[in-house]
Amino acid sequence: MKIGALKESFEGEARVAITPSSAGHLTKLGHEVFVESGAGARAGFSDDSYRAAGVTVVPTAAELIRSVDVVAKVRQPAEGEIRQMQPGQTLISFFYPAQNAEMLALAKEQGITAIAMDMVPRISRAQKMDALSSMANIAGYRAVIEAANNFGRFFTGQVTAAGKVPPAKVLVVGAGVAGLAAIGTAVSLGAQVYAFDVRPEVAEQIESMGAEFVYLDFAEAQDGAATGGYAAPSSPEFREKQLAKFRELAPQMDVVITTALIPGRDAPKLWTRDMVEAMKPGSVIVDLAAERGGNCDLTIPDERHVTENGVTIIGYTDFPSRMGAQASELYGNNVRHFLSDLTPRKDGVIQHNMEDDVIRGATVTRDHDVTWPPPPPKIAAIAAQKPKEKPKALTVEERRAAEALAFKGETRRQVGLLAVGAVVLLLIGLVAPFSFMQHFIVFVLACFIGFRVIWNVAHSLHTPLMAITNAISSIIILGALMQIGSGSWWVVLLGALAVLMAGVNIFGGFMVTRRMLAMFQKS
Amino acid sequence: MEYGFTTAAYVVAAVLFILSLGGLSGQESAKRAIWYGIVGMALAVLATLFGPGAGNWLLSLVMIAIGGAIGWVVAQRVQMTEMPQLVAAMHSLVGLAAVFVGFNAQIELARVLRAKAEGGVQVFHGFAAVLAHKTPAEIAMLKIEVFLGIFIGAVTFTGSVVAFGKLAGRVDGKPKKLPGGHMLNAGALALSVLLGILYFTGVGPAIFWLILITLLAFFIGYHLIMGIGGADMPVVVSMLNSYSGWAAAAIGFTLGNDLLIVVGALVGSSGAILSYIMCKAMNRNFVSVILGGFGGETGPAAEITGEQIAIDAEGVAAALNDADSVIIVPGYGMAVAQAQGAVSELTRKLRAAGKTVRFAIHPVAGRLPGHMNVLLAEAKVPYDIVLEMDEINEDFPNTDVVIVIGSNDIVNPAAQDDPNSPIAGMPVLEVWKAKQVFVSKRGQGTGYSGIENPLFFKENTRMFYGDAKDSLNKLLPMIE
Repeated sequence: MKIGALKESFEGEARVAITPSSAGHLTKLGHEVFVESGAGARAGFSDDSYRAAGVTVVPTAAELIRSVDVVAKVRQPAEGEIRQMQPGQTLISFFYPAQNAEMLALAKEQGITAIAMDMVPRISRAQKMDALSSMANIAGYRAVIEAANNFGRFFTGQVTAAGKVPPAKVLVVGAGVAGLAAIGTAVSLGAQVYAFDVRPEVAEQIESMGAEFVYLDFAEAQDGAATGGYAAPSSPEFREKQLAKFRELAPQMDVVITTALIPGRDAPKLWTRDMVEAMKPGSVIVDLAAERGGNCDLTIPDERHVTENGVTIIGYTDFPSRMGAQASELYGNNVRHFLSDLTPRKDGVIQHNMEDDVIRGATVTRDHDVTWPPPPPKIAAIAAQKPKEKPKALTVEERRAAEALAFKGETRRQVGLLAVGAVVLLLIGLVAPFSFMQHFIVFVLACFIGFRVIWNVAHSLHTPLMAITNAISSIIILGALMQIGSGSWWVVLLGALAVLMAGVNIFGGFMVTRRMLAMFQKS
Repeated sequence: MEYGFTTAAYVVAAVLFILSLGGLSGQESAKRAIWYGIVGMALAVLATLFGPGAGNWLLSLVMIAIGGAIGWVVAQRVQMTEMPQLVAAMHSLVGLAAVFVGFNAQIELARVLRAKAEGGVQVFHGFAAVLAHKTPAEIAMLKIEVFLGIFIGAVTFTGSVVAFGKLAGRVDGKPKKLPGGHMLNAGALALSVLLGILYFTGVGPAIFWLILITLLAFFIGYHLIMGIGGADMPVVVSMLNSYSGWAAAAIGFTLGNDLLIVVGALVGSSGAILSYIMCKAMNRNFVSVILGGFGGETGPAAEITGEQIAIDAEGVAAALNDADSVIIVPGYGMAVAQAQGAVSELTRKLRAAGKTVRFAIHPVAGRLPGHMNVLLAEAKVPYDIVLEMDEINEDFPNTDVVIVIGSNDIVNPAAQDDPNSPIAGMPVLEVWKAKQVFVSKRGQGTGYSGIENPLFFKENTRMFYGDAKDSLNKLLPMIE
């Protein structure tokens, strides 16, 4: 099949869907790769570097679309691009079918197969093609870099000869992929990072990245597992509580990075005007949700502006594009992985298997039909978190009652066992001779001592224990020694053999135990 | 010398033996404890050898010397990884000795009774003298004891021989049963009880019945242990350990020797407790282990999604160099690959780089209770960084890197997550909670229980394929 990447038509977009390195992988899958001339220029890939990777460079977009079977691009397609395509051609790009109903209808009309990279389901197998995550990762990183660029101070704390510098305090709101990437970057710059998320189960991830989880005491907690790991809208009470917490934090924070998004909705307003006004002059807010209206009241999408009290608010929507080379590299790999799933036999023939969860999920139109939204995937993305069982706080009476019951049960069991044991013993005593009973007492007492003593043996010494019990169980040699001197040659022979074997055991057992114990040493 | 003196020596010996076992509660006190055991044994042997009732002491000394020399040489030569086999082999010797002593008791008994019946006034020596003083009721009791001693001893003997074969790899480790399975064992057991009754009531030739009983018991021991898989050997070995103790106790009753009884009871309960601990660690019933194999499937095991992702030595080394805290989880695979030296070297290097390195030992790791501890001790890993499951399980979430070396079922999250898993409910090491897990494993196969391990498919798990020793040796030069 022939696969081609268009030059992005969107103003300022620096990314490209196929890089020279991903083209090499596609060739290995048996495909022929094309790019429009200049497609990679802004990401730092010249036409020549593409040619060197065996890619055919085509001068215009129209010609490219005419000559390939699969058109790959980054941004959602423009109307003109879809119109040029023929039925049966495949388009791979971001699509946002929920917000893009017109384009969806157009794609259906044109009869093309549209694959939306943003619709790749969130299951482990599909992680390598999850373009949203790779872009979010870049956005999170870049957000911190932009913030640092606009923040007139160090991120890290220092004690210098010229005075002490406190570390910057960074608050990250929303700990999705972008949020976690931002946390990681800010932590490695030396800032003190706080992070908040409505899903309590991410607390662990936040802490693992080195930030402090801003804990909100609220009974009704969200379980992100039900929504494929994304956040869901929260109740008004919860929101109030959350805003109150932010109001408390606002004056202390130097940098605020908001990344809160809810799939298919406008961004929730979390950083209100009064919070911005409460912040110190020189503070920076980076709003990664700007494209969807912004988490901050004062965000102006695609712009950086400074408020009256000197707070810089950054509302850029093109963070991934600002790191064109890196973003293209990752997006190119995502596309490449998707295509390798589409060509399972690596023979350059695309098999569009609509039974496959990942392919089915990402396909939004096919054969003059809208195939969006997809049916729920067969495999749940994330195992549902089992509700953590809280140990029930018992009242004093309940606990006493339970203890008394347990004590009674224990007593009954013990008394029962003792009674049975005593009866058995008495029965034995009825028939057994006196001399036997004398030995029997010794036996029972020795068993008790044995149980007491062995319970205290350290786990790590169980092998030496076995070796030493082995050695001392050769005490059976006494029996043989007593017999060896009496009676027939049979007895002598068997006795001698028994002594021999016990002898092996005594020496072998003790020696090997000693060897083992000598090896144990303290550091 | 009088009986009183011998008995006094026995009392001292018994106390020493108890102290010797009690001393094993700590590594340092254990070094003293072993000497208590040795002194106790020497005292008991000498007191018997030169006490009343013994004869033929020259032969005895020669046999002890020969046996001692063999034992000495074996103990010096044995590799620490071969410890399970050695222990099993030694149990078989105790079992066989018990059988011989039991037979002797019967032979002597027959001789004494015959002489008594002839009415001749005979002076008996040694053991026969003890027998001559027995009342008929005591003789009846004696026969039961002889029966028990021989039966348990014989089961211990063949059972240990088979366990030895399985542990040494000379017998296939898979559970095997003859057609008829446990019914065959039950039949043999019933038959031996029947023969025991014949022997007891004195019908027919007593020695002949005893030989038949011995053969039946040999068969039971063989068949029982053949039916148990290699990974259940910790339980089997401790069970046989227990049996050898009970056999000694039964013989002690026969001979009227309290020291034998005390020691037999000590060893017997020790083995029983070890078996109990092992079973508990596998969350399995003792009976089900002994009857072999896993219980019936309760339902389909949960589907596992994802893929096993391999990693090379460079990747592991990079992660280790970045890590602050490392936990190593060794299993039987480490023993098989003789990788303990490499593991120790790795530990030394990591510790020298200022990282926290600890070991997590599952109670059933290896083929013998405490097997891993001994191997690590041999490789000079300090014992205070080698921790038990209960001590370390809570620390995994704060650990950067976990290296799993040749263990499978003991780190299987299915035991907690999947109620249908055959090992559901078994306590396991929660390694998957660490930030990163590396699994050193020879191939993609499943563990002993034959079940998939979802750990290998987790996102934070990377598979480090290859022989454990080679892999670690490749890794070592890359650790800074």
